Amino acid sequence: MAVQAGRGGLIETNRVIGRGQTSQGIDDVVNTPVLSDVKRTPLWWWIGFGISLSLLGVYLISVVVLITTGTGVWGNNQPVAWGMPIINFVWWIGIGHAGTLISAALLLFRQPWRTSINRFAEAMTIFAVVVAGLYPILHLGRPWLFYWLLPYPNTYGLFPQFRSPLDWDLFAISTYASVSVLFWFIGLIPDLATLRDRTDNRFQRILYATLALGWNGSAKAWQRYQRAYLLLAALSFPLVLSVHSTIAMDFAVSQVPGWNNTIMPPYFVAGAVFAGFAMVLILAIPLRKALHLEQLITKRHLDNAAKLMLATGLIVVYGYAVELFDAWYSGVEFEKYMAYNRVLGADHWWAFWLLIAANGVAIQPLWFRSVRQSPLALFIISIIVSIGMWLERFVIVAVTLTKDFLLSSWGDYVSTFWDWSLYIGSFGLFGTLFFLFIRLLPSIATTEMKELAHHDAHHGSDSFEEARERYYGEEARA
Amino acid sequence: MSETAASIDDRHLYGLVAEFESVEELEHAAEKAKSAGYEAMDAYTPYPVEGLDEKLGMKPTRLGWIVLLAGITGAILGFGMQWYSNVVFYPLNIGGKPLNSWPMFIVITFEMTVLLSAFTAGLFMLGRNGLPRPYHSIFNTPDFDRATRDRFFLCIETRDERFDRDGTRRFLEDQSPVKVSEVER
Repeated sequence: MAVQAGRGGLIETNRVIGRGQTSQGIDDVVNTPVLSDVKRTPLWWWIGFGISLSLLGVYLISVVVLITTGTGVWGNNQPVAWGMPIINFVWWIGIGHAGTLISAALLLFRQPWRTSINRFAEAMTIFAVVVAGLYPILHLGRPWLFYWLLPYPNTYGLFPQFRSPLDWDLFAISTYASVSVLFWFIGLIPDLATLRDRTDNRFQRILYATLALGWNGSAKAWQRYQRAYLLLAALSFPLVLSVHSTIAMDFAVSQVPGWNNTIMPPYFVAGAVFAGFAMVLILAIPLRKALHLEQLITKRHLDNAAKLMLATGLIVVYGYAVELFDAWYSGVEFEKYMAYNRVLGADHWWAFWLLIAANGVAIQPLWFRSVRQSPLALFIISIIVSIGMWLERFVIVAVTLTKDFLLSSWGDYVSTFWDWSLYIGSFGLFGTLFFLFIRLLPSIATTEMKELAHHDAHHGSDSFEEARERYYGEEARA
Repeated sequence: MSETAASIDDRHLYGLVAEFESVEELEHAAEKAKSAGYEAMDAYTPYPVEGLDEKLGMKPTRLGWIVLLAGITGAILGFGMQWYSNVVFYPLNIGGKPLNSWPMFIVITFEMTVLLSAFTAGLFMLGRNGLPRPYHSIFNTPDFDRATRDRFFLCIETRDERFDRDGTRRFLEDQSPVKVSEVER
């Protein structure tokens, strides 16, 4: 079995994969819960799925109310034409960055620790992009006409406005969503074939055999497969960076003070990775406990994710500083007032200071190894970061718009019940998809883990790992 | 050691399959088979084994070149679409700005490049591997379900010029497999 019981309970490890993992062990620990009978589904799954499904109901009601009544049910107004729907859109799409970054960038940089977290992080990415992508469509007011953004032959003889960042968005997000699904599915094929070969259940066999497309694992197939996977990774990496850059350009290409700023794309990308890793930790920490994956998703993974969170968090904090510096250095009255209004303005000063506390101060404990090694501390910090990133988008989108050039057009922003129900409901959509994923598909890439276990057992030079363990003392017992 | 499947006549024989317990044994057998002159053969493993394709005498894949072509096509299509609509089809003078404002076309050009090359990489790989494919003779191998778990298979197919039912079987049995099976087409 992959989970080794020690005298002090479960032995946690700081290796990329627990010692002595075998192909059979990985197969069993990951695939058994997926293939188990419906009646043996654990209680926690039913509770989580039930809550998600109820929230999905809230989401659907909010959408129906929105479509039948109109965007007036939201707090959006003039001058704040982009309220919570766009804040939530940017928040969700930011979360949807870590998955592809883990899969693609870490594959290209040959980081073996990506292997056990990439599959569920990719799933998280896809579901977050699904949730995010629905916001701008709903925000159109007449969502059923969203296809007007696509270049298609039409009786008006018109093309979409290709010079508009909003149209760039459509191309960036739809490309990102479809390429992410492709990348995820290609990665899943050998694992689906594994499920096909493990199950005794007729329905499951038909399901997984169909999805596996007849994969047989021949050497020629693997050769092409690996090349295709590498190419997809190489294409996905710049794609991830382009998506949030494009979203940042929705802001930066405008002339609104506080938005028209060249730092926006890199600053947004860093923020997205920051929020994305926070969400990876929020999902990974309960998941590894619930599915007994401690030997596959080890403390090393949590530690590394925390380090990336700290690094990107510091870039984001640098972004806040540069925004304020730019406002002062530009010498533009409106830019200076925008900065003043964000930091000290009477209406929303609290949002700015809360976000500094969450994104700037709360991540500082991550400098300490003991914090990075504590799942509970990481879980709490990740939740604080997620809230902080939501506040960041609130400040950038809503607070900035309330007071721009002319005093006569200043206003305020107050969110409504339907704003919040659509936001809280969106967790239902995400959660429903995620719970179905962990029940029906392996949440860890078993094929890649087998390769890693083989490497670890045969060619892995353990000297670095051993030196690391000696340096930090014996394997920590949880 | 070997399974007798006398029922399979020569016309319906797909090949002889040896099952191994470890990657090293499979790699060793593959090298031996290559030096014995076998060409129509393939190995089946639960995970990719580095260098196994070379040991089996396979040529490297040309997928990269196809993807490059697809990427160039995507870039031309993406830019061409925007250029055509703004310069030829519906030129609109906005504030005296140039019609071919190419910096504004970069994002969509990039996205189209990635879209076309990524889908070419994924779908071409599946297509060249003959997927989706509901039936393949190799699945008739006894215990082949372990090819996705912990066993490694080497198949020498009947279409190989050097294939000889008894000789090839003896050759495979010399490579210390778990068993050698005759597989129906």
